[in-house]
Amino acid sequence: MSKILIRGAKVLGGEAQDVLIDGETIAATGADLSADGATVIEAAGQVLLPGLVDLHTHLREPGREDSETVLTGTRAAASGGYTAVFAMANTFPVADTAGVVEQVYRLGKESGYCDVQPIGAVTIGLEGKKLSELGAMHESAARVTVFSDDGKCVDDAVIMRRALEYVKAFGGVIAQHAQEPRLTEGAQMNEGIVSAELGLGGWPAVAEESIIARDVLLAEHVGSRVHICHLSTAGSVEIVRWAKSRGIDVTAEVTPHHLLLTDELVRSYNPVYKVNPPLRTERDVMALREALADGTIDIVATDHAPHPHEDKDCEWAAAAMGMVGLETALSVVQQTMVETGLLDWAGVAERMSFAPARIGGLSHRHGRPVSAGEPANLTLVDTSYRGVVDPAGFASRSRNTPYEGRELPGRVTHTFLRGRTTVVDGKLA
Amino acid sequence: MKRHLISAADLTRDDAVLILDTAEEMARVADRPIKKLPTLRGRTICNLFFEDSTRTRISFEAAEKRLSADVINFAAKGSSVSKGESLKDTAQTLEAMGVDAVVIRHGASGAPYRLANSGWIDAPVINAGDGTHQHPTQALLDAFTMRRRLVGRDAGLGKDLAGRRITIVGDILHSRVARSNVDLLHTLGAEVTLVAPPTLVPVGVETWPCEVSYSLDEVLPKSDAVMMLRVQRERMNAAFFPTEREYSRRYGLDAARMARMPEHAVVMHPGPMVRGMEITAEVADSDRCTVVEQVANGVSVRMAVLYLLLGGSEPAVTAPSRTEETK
Repeated sequence: MSKILIRGAKVLGGEAQDVLIDGETIAATGADLSADGATVIEAAGQVLLPGLVDLHTHLREPGREDSETVLTGTRAAASGGYTAVFAMANTFPVADTAGVVEQVYRLGKESGYCDVQPIGAVTIGLEGKKLSELGAMHESAARVTVFSDDGKCVDDAVIMRRALEYVKAFGGVIAQHAQEPRLTEGAQMNEGIVSAELGLGGWPAVAEESIIARDVLLAEHVGSRVHICHLSTAGSVEIVRWAKSRGIDVTAEVTPHHLLLTDELVRSYNPVYKVNPPLRTERDVMALREALADGTIDIVATDHAPHPHEDKDCEWAAAAMGMVGLETALSVVQQTMVETGLLDWAGVAERMSFAPARIGGLSHRHGRPVSAGEPANLTLVDTSYRGVVDPAGFASRSRNTPYEGRELPGRVTHTFLRGRTTVVDGKLA
Repeated sequence: MKRHLISAADLTRDDAVLILDTAEEMARVADRPIKKLPTLRGRTICNLFFEDSTRTRISFEAAEKRLSADVINFAAKGSSVSKGESLKDTAQTLEAMGVDAVVIRHGASGAPYRLANSGWIDAPVINAGDGTHQHPTQALLDAFTMRRRLVGRDAGLGKDLAGRRITIVGDILHSRVARSNVDLLHTLGAEVTLVAPPTLVPVGVETWPCEVSYSLDEVLPKSDAVMMLRVQRERMNAAFFPTEREYSRRYGLDAARMARMPEHAVVMHPGPMVRGMEITAEVADSDRCTVVEQVANGVSVRMAVLYLLLGGSEPAVTAPSRTEETK
């Protein structure tokens, strides 16, 4: 394999350095490295990050290949600067057996754009009734360690308790979609001032918060580890903060869209803003930013949820919930966290690469320091770039982005997966 | 006026008074031997009903026919939410057929807004009730009825409802009638109080331009009009209140309660009434109850809205180009 010299990039936003990639690994970092025999990438002014890791992606394959496939999803991921994604289990069939997770794992290997780590379903068919064969999925070629019924909440307290206990045997984690089902029957958007006016079914914050409160207490009781998916309310932040202060082994994620958008946008009745959990209020958004900055929320995860045009080009109530996010995540984080002074680039690296790799049990390969001897999974970002989001240019098969026409900062110019460029000059290789 | 009528909140005070004044003119047509005006001759209006509502549909149809419009009734019950693209497809079909206005009733809040704002169709859209969101012509006919009763028929022309105290009682949470009325009555200067058990008041109501009370008996003596809302039977199984009897005792309007109202005060109901639950037969049949008038006024108000949206503000023959935007 060839050598690549990245010249003058600000590693994790710090001092400008050269980074020499030789084959699959970083050979050296430092000042004025020799370009001998290497392809040179002039990166002055750009920020070099470890390849991003998304703990929460919907790749839709198998079953909804009209929305996304492993190939199109991983191309979207590479475009967004990701070198690894965790694929959620709510496919058709559901990823609740070793067979399905191995299929997804294999498709990821074949795609070559991004490592795909399947997430296994906690319960058979996501029905919340019987545990899936969690051990078999862990022992499969896919080595599953993260389990989630995402899209649905594991609402039965006993099933949740057993799942938390059971995965301790192999260091697994349960990633909970916190949504009390009875409190969210008919729910269409955040319950509050806007829902009252629009006459759309309300989705109360307490439906999320009550499940998080229960689950951190369960995790404490059985001495296990729980991860909270897409936290969206100020109250949820307080509960996680309390749980961490008490020593409970809980981690949490926030999506880019919950860091930027509010339920005021629903006034347009445009289903592009329909998402689960729903967009909340300005107060929630500010609390989430603070919590991500102070580490209460550990990571940013995209909840990339592709849907075909026809599932969104309809009336609100009939529309599917979800937004694509892989290709805009870093830009949204730059705008909401970096440009507001809440987080530096090292902080972004922690929350979008190191920590998600750690939580997902992938830190032997991803979320590694940018230093000699480490695998060359890297992302180079032009942070001075400003551009208007045009979904026509997305690599994702679906275009349901809430940012169409919005100006966002930052652009991934290069992505390296084990030394190989998957994105060059902002274009897929 | 705006091009569409989606929400009562879209109307300014002057718009609303103009509609009410125009409705008075339209009401005179009903007294003629031949109840018809040539105003919308040659215009085609589609009543697009995704949800059953015989009363509202007939009211619009009567209004359209009295204005000499050609009427297409399209009932598409049940097809929308199970198959979301049907609203768009249906709209484009109607557009292709050269429909001049669409009156839409839909079970999903926001469906008329989407229809009017998504570029699917270019014709004016009139919301005839969407989910739990809005029913603006209902609010207009209620305001018309109140103005006639509380201000006067001809004496009311040009006037609003400044200072009148209106009480709306019942299932506020699920009521598009309540939402529309709060918006319009506030615009017209009335003071609105909502009365309901706390379970039937939406979270977020505190930003609405009205008061909220849990006690009907306290509010009745201070009311110029009391609007009783229907309580649907299905709410009874969803723990919104313990029993029908308890609801009736606390929030139902019977003769004893009616006697606590000022003498001039009227009782209103958007219909259909559940007699014995939210309103007793005695109250429903009293001459203070305006239910039947409301139905008649509905036709006049809808004539006024159709006239103003389709003919009143611009000459009928030079309608704006309908082809550029969407084709």
